[in-house]
Amino acid sequence: MNEAFVQIAYLVASVLFILALKWMSSPATARRGVLAGELGMVLAIVGTLLKPEVQHYQWIAIAIVIGSAIGIPMAMMPMTAVPQRTALSHAFGALAAALVGTAEYYLHTPHIPRFTMGALVLEVILGSLTFTGSLMAFGKLQELLPGRPITYKGQNIVNLTILGLALLLATALVVNPQHQAIFPLIIGLSLIFGVLLIIPIGGADMPTVISLLNAYAGLSAAAMGFVLDNKLLIIAGALDGSSGLILSIIMCKAMNRSFANVLFGAFGQLQTAAAGTTEQRTVRSASPEEAAAILESAQSVFIVPGYGMAVAQAQHKVRELYDALTKRGVDVRFAIHPVAGRMPGHMNVLLAEADIPYDRLLEMDDINPEFPQADVALVIGANDVTNPAARHDKTSPIYGMPILDVDKAHTVMVIKRGMSPGFAGVDNELYYMDKTMMLFGDAKSFVGDMVKELSGGSGLH
Amino acid sequence: MQTDFATSFYIFVLATFLGLEVIRRVSPLLHTPLMSLTNAISAIALVGSIVITGQQRDTLSTVLGTIAVTASTINVVGGFMITDRMLRMFKKRTPAPKSGPAATGKPENGQPGRS
Repeated sequence: MNEAFVQIAYLVASVLFILALKWMSSPATARRGVLAGELGMVLAIVGTLLKPEVQHYQWIAIAIVIGSAIGIPMAMMPMTAVPQRTALSHAFGALAAALVGTAEYYLHTPHIPRFTMGALVLEVILGSLTFTGSLMAFGKLQELLPGRPITYKGQNIVNLTILGLALLLATALVVNPQHQAIFPLIIGLSLIFGVLLIIPIGGADMPTVISLLNAYAGLSAAAMGFVLDNKLLIIAGALDGSSGLILSIIMCKAMNRSFANVLFGAFGQLQTAAAGTTEQRTVRSASPEEAAAILESAQSVFIVPGYGMAVAQAQHKVRELYDALTKRGVDVRFAIHPVAGRMPGHMNVLLAEADIPYDRLLEMDDINPEFPQADVALVIGANDVTNPAARHDKTSPIYGMPILDVDKAHTVMVIKRGMSPGFAGVDNELYYMDKTMMLFGDAKSFVGDMVKELSGGSGLH
Repeated sequence: MQTDFATSFYIFVLATFLGLEVIRRVSPLLHTPLMSLTNAISAIALVGSIVITGQQRDTLSTVLGTIAVTASTINVVGGFMITDRMLRMFKKRTPAPKSGPAATGKPENGQPGRS
């Protein structure tokens, strides 16, 4: 009787999880999706607690209390911290998988069927490397660790050797389960590999890497389902894994790069040598007053946000600018590049937090054809994703990357601290165009000055 | 731990396929909440952790299980909460009569925002 209830609860939970993801397709239904996910989770937990083999509850209760005490404040983090929070939660998910795998191994060894053992070592390898890898990503995003990629000679060979060794030992353990001493070695190597994998990753690659870690965490949960013969775990893990995979593919496409190139290419470092070939060229700069006057007389303004906007925490000032211009009848829209920021969808969340309606946020493919009609394109803290060199300069490291057609607007304004090149180390020819005005300064205060000008300076017209 | 691997593989492959189809349709607008939602859902690893801990077979498995339950609970609680928090911020409001792409006839979310 109990077992039948558990199975039904799991089945209903699986359906609810699938519905949850289906409802995420539109902002109008997305919150219903969260509710479905929560219901599914409650059902699954209740079902599990009723399982006959679950006999003792005190440690479960204590762990759930501690987990909630940590989880609730983590859900209250400011939106600017969402990328690092996400990395941290990948780490927790992977840790759980690795620990459950380890516990299962020591409970049942050496009487583990070969297939189960195969799934178990996969669970432990994926869980361990995702755990340390996600912690490293967290460290970089939180700026506890240097964000620039760290590379050294023979790095890829070292990394691949360590991963190969872990897989080799895992195979040996599957073939010969009595060699128990191998198991901790596999864990150790996987933990080290996770750290080494993220060391050469720079900030601009974070969206891809976070998505990839997401996929790994999902796959390790699915592997746990194989080990425990739990269909619900397999389904939920597979859903998470496919989501991570799709996001990684989208991110890679948006940078015109392959997985291998992201993981082993060490972007930022490589190209610094390529820059600096350009002679001193002149740029046109403008003051907040001049910029505000131009914005005010425009019909349509496209704002292009990038990571720089997040760093300067300028999203609320941008919202004030949006309000001021909208009030004057200017059509303001936002052009969002898929890899803008540090994780998929980062800019959308920040702008939504600042109360900008989501129907004003447009994806690259939708807004690109409209740039020629825009009076002003205002770039705030974005760089490489606006560089026209990606379109025509075959020697440029970012050649082939899909970009926002900012250069096609009638006037281009770029808010930037100085003339330093972007993450890819490439000079942006956008800055030297005749129609471009450079607005030098901190994004937050510059936008603030423009807003002041727009609201106070009624005599401008 | 008897496992019927053929069935498990069928389920895994079909669920992956279904996941790819469903998630392909998610608007890029919501990619960040999507990631935190799938993260919360895959914290279903909590189920496996509870089974290990609840058996209390030996000290090692109980300790590892307890840590695993803690880690998964963090993701379940934190994941669902922050996803909802993010989604509440996405509001539609087409200002004035504009010629934007706007209004596709979707019902208004109607949820008051939080600050």
